[in-house]
Amino acid sequence: MAELTKDGEAVDPTPSAALDAPVGRGEPILQVRNLVKHFPLTQGILFKKQIGAVKAVDGISFDLYQGETLGIVGESGCGKSTVAKLLMMLETATSGEVFYKGQDITKLSGKALKAVRRNIQMVFQDPYTSLDPRMTVGDIIGEPFEIHPEVAPKGDRRKKVQELLDVVGLNPEYIHRYPHQFSGGQRQRIGIARGLALNPEIIICDEPVSALDVSVQAQVINLMEKLQDEFNLSYIFIAHDLSIVRHISDRVGVMYLGKMAEIGTDVQIYDHPTHPYTQALLSAVPVPDPAAREGRERIILTGDVPSPANPPSGCRFRTRCWKAEEKCSIEVPLLAVPAPFVGKDTPAAHESACHFAEEKDVVHVH
Amino acid sequence: MTIIDKTADVPAPRGAGDHEGPLLEVRDLHVEFHTREGVAQAVNGVNYTVSAGETLAVLGESGSGKSVTAQAIMGILDMPPGRIPKGEVLFRGRDLLTMSPEERRKIRGSKIAMIFQDALSSLNPVLTVGYQLGEMFRVHQGLSKKEAKVKAIELMDRVKIPAAAARVNDYPHQFSGGMRQRIMIAMALALEPDLIIADEPTTALDVTVQAQVMDLLAELQREYNMGLILITHDLGVVADVADKIAVMYAGRIVETAPVHELYQRPAHPYTRGLLDSIPRLDQKGQELYAIKGLPPNLLKIPSGCAFNPRCPKAQDVCRTDVPVLHPVTEQDGGELPGRGSACHFWKETIHG
Repeated sequence: MAELTKDGEAVDPTPSAALDAPVGRGEPILQVRNLVKHFPLTQGILFKKQIGAVKAVDGISFDLYQGETLGIVGESGCGKSTVAKLLMMLETATSGEVFYKGQDITKLSGKALKAVRRNIQMVFQDPYTSLDPRMTVGDIIGEPFEIHPEVAPKGDRRKKVQELLDVVGLNPEYIHRYPHQFSGGQRQRIGIARGLALNPEIIICDEPVSALDVSVQAQVINLMEKLQDEFNLSYIFIAHDLSIVRHISDRVGVMYLGKMAEIGTDVQIYDHPTHPYTQALLSAVPVPDPAAREGRERIILTGDVPSPANPPSGCRFRTRCWKAEEKCSIEVPLLAVPAPFVGKDTPAAHESACHFAEEKDVVHVH
Repeated sequence: MTIIDKTADVPAPRGAGDHEGPLLEVRDLHVEFHTREGVAQAVNGVNYTVSAGETLAVLGESGSGKSVTAQAIMGILDMPPGRIPKGEVLFRGRDLLTMSPEERRKIRGSKIAMIFQDALSSLNPVLTVGYQLGEMFRVHQGLSKKEAKVKAIELMDRVKIPAAAARVNDYPHQFSGGMRQRIMIAMALALEPDLIIADEPTTALDVTVQAQVMDLLAELQREYNMGLILITHDLGVVADVADKIAVMYAGRIVETAPVHELYQRPAHPYTRGLLDSIPRLDQKGQELYAIKGLPPNLLKIPSGCAFNPRCPKAQDVCRTDVPVLHPVTEQDGGELPGRGSACHFWKETIHG
């Protein structure tokens, strides 16, 4: 396992140190360093000239540990889905590294990339559009085997697909049905079965339950937790429903406009948030308890998220922040444990990108 | 204010101005859709009332009939394939369903207005927002284009759209999601209606923007003393703003209750299941409670109680007899105003 510093320099560069070697629980399986994705804005038809860039992801770093669930939350347009696509290598990063078991996968291509891709799979948001309506369920779940034939030899595939259907709680006899014959929750199970087909180690879930009905959401969340224990999976769970993220995640990262604002364990983020954006986000979530209507402090942010093509200088949240001072427009706050909490044994001592980080409990009724 | 007003104790007056009692009363409303596969029974006997200044939340999953009920009230149901075989929608005592289209058009927009879920697809992309807002004044009040634009700017100010005068000639795509929803709200408010029906007004929005929009809606409702029907599936939003709740399942109201009571002591197993499936702090790492099975197919709703195949308490009687909305009482028979449950075993559910 290559040791990495925060800047992403490999101290002990031993790439491709046996991809199949198991990673112990609690060790990082995926390390993201200074990941950047800028989408160019061009002008002109014949002579394209770049006039700017949408800074969808602008330098984020985090680790994903073996067997854990890392939740990523943030408003639409903050770059969470772009992060998912970068980790899947569906988009090419502008700069930065993604280390999978010590190997930088952003530099890989051809066979080596294909081998890594087997281990990182994705479950998509909309089960209505992410399944091909003209393929049977058997073909959809079996398609990964066409690309990676080493996982299941040809004669074995049908049996494998039926096993997968069984694992996700669908009737194995449904193998010849088409997606339109299933409900939303069942379709999402098909999507999960497809994600599991190649025995991956990491599954990236981009809003896996937001298109589902409330009573069905719980079923799918339970299934995902069960599968995680069974197959020792690591999840990156992207969602905007904060209570579901809290339920499933071991650690949570809060993104704002292409940057990570705060990251920590679920208790650190939800009960001891120190970044003003996290505090505003948590306080805006409606609590399903009418008794909490009064006495709950709500921070209502004004305005909308600024355009990622032209983000504010310094701290990106400063245009909506009630604590903003001059310093915030000049200096970009770094994602680090805030100075007042360094070395202290408090849940507030976690990484937060704010010059004026302060603990504030916004979730509980006072 | 009771929620399930019995037909008998409703006063008779049918005049428009002197009507007392609830603003809107839906009585035994049925809606069905004729399709090639058969008749889909989307709404099967819904009763509810809304008074001025009151917020009724209609809670239900997709396919529960909550939006179809609203469309029937507004008179914007596609007919055919839709059909209203039975029922009354009384607005200030007058039945909307038997009115002439002209009379109805006068009420729609000026007395009852609707806010739709998806603002981008509800606004016309090739007309400026100012023109679309002004249409309300031009059509209903006969104002000139110029006057209507002035009114449109006032409205945009009213819903706190910054630089309204400069943005009145912008097109819908030039606004963010939250701003577009504000325009929808402005449009509904234009003629200061008595009743607003909001169909999932914040579902497409982020939580921070959702909080802004719900706040604005509540503020305007207080100011104009409007009745509000809020259609949603979000238990959090309901807890925040509703006065009373009607829970719908398979085209029926299965439970009605004032908001505090519903969350404290649900009297229907479906409501209980919904509340239990919200992730709670103390359940971290454990399995979430999940209602088993799927919502029913409206072409073949289960016999008896529609919830029986998914219900943990189901017994033989649930498979044969359709439960009526029983008034819910305390254990000692004390009255609980506004509460009702369509469950054969409501006593066990609330007190057990």
